[in-house]
Amino acid sequence: MSVFKDAGHLFRFAGLFVLAFLLFLVIRHFVVPPSFGQYGHYRGAAMGEIAARPVKFAGHETCEACHSDVADAKKAGKHAHVNCEACHGPQEKHATSDDPSATKPPLPDSAVLCVRCHTASAAKPKGFPQVNPAEHSNGMPCDTCHKPHNPGMDAGGPK
Amino acid sequence: MNISRRQILILLPAAAVAWKSVLAGTPETASNYTMSDHWWGMLIDIPKCIGCGNCVRACAMENDVPDGHFRTWVERYHVSDEDMTNPEVISPDGGKEGFPVAEEDSKKYFFVPKMCNHCADSPCTQVCPVGATFVAPDGVVLVDPKYCLGCAYCVQACPYGCRYIHPVKEVADKCTLCYHRITKGLTTACCESCPTGARQLVDLKDPKDPIHEFLKTHPVQVLKPQMATGAKAFYNGLDGSVR
Repeated sequence: MSVFKDAGHLFRFAGLFVLAFLLFLVIRHFVVPPSFGQYGHYRGAAMGEIAARPVKFAGHETCEACHSDVADAKKAGKHAHVNCEACHGPQEKHATSDDPSATKPPLPDSAVLCVRCHTASAAKPKGFPQVNPAEHSNGMPCDTCHKPHNPGMDAGGPK
Repeated sequence: MNISRRQILILLPAAAVAWKSVLAGTPETASNYTMSDHWWGMLIDIPKCIGCGNCVRACAMENDVPDGHFRTWVERYHVSDEDMTNPEVISPDGGKEGFPVAEEDSKKYFFVPKMCNHCADSPCTQVCPVGATFVAPDGVVLVDPKYCLGCAYCVQACPYGCRYIHPVKEVADKCTLCYHRITKGLTTACCESCPTGARQLVDLKDPKDPIHEFLKTHPVQVLKPQMATGAKAFYNGLDGSVR
């Protein structure tokens, strides 16, 4: 052991390094979230947290589970592929409520709703049905003549 | 048993490393949703877009997007045949309330809905200094609001301008592809409320998804393909003037 006779100060110094490393491991253990690095250089649990945010648009399948009559009426017409909440707005609260009648959505105002899509503009695709609202109906509400769920004139006129 | 000081010095760090792997625990299991089974993207069919702004409003309602900021927005292009490189582009309030009526003239018009492209090789996630934004194993680019410092490197790095700093939370915010919806089997709020089907959520790992047939039979392009971002917002009928 004569080689190490005068090396005590080196071992003490090395010991300090090891202690510092241990301290680093302990601190790292407490500051790095457990799921960090689970899938990559990020917190794996973040995805679960983002996925847990509340839903507001219930989805047309949910609507159709109760309102099958409207779904059937819609299927026959030009609005077949327009989903319920495109016009009626987000309805998750209404759909999951114990008393859906209490959270019944207000009826959309056809004067605002219909023109949003159907006002004639040169910017819209040519095949899309569009009218100049003032000329077309002379100020009458759209639902005087068109049923919103099946708007074709052959579908029986006023709702 | 006698353990020398030297043996302790070797054993303790080894024990610490072993203990850490014990504490790391098992990965979380989400109900009925396996990330590795999906690779999400979006199909945007420009000839179908009527510029109604339903997607912008639905996104803002679903995700509480603050006024003046957008996770998705719609642009209206007005392009003359002589000067394709200088289109007139408008997007009043992101197209949230639609667009002013356009009169027919010699130039062409079309609408371009924009959103996060959920790039597979995303520039935004590469610049994050803290690992707060990432491409999830199912292909969705997400921000971890608890880890984000709000340094806005990612806002600058996104070539599509799809990120913003949330004015209240002061962290980066962006389209999550409605991650809280698609993991429950619903479509995104913008797709749900699009009246013409101009937007379609697509799952490239689902062999039954109609996207495969669509990509095969249509001239589809991504935005800024020269940047090689691996963008997954596929545009059908994309005009060369779109930037």
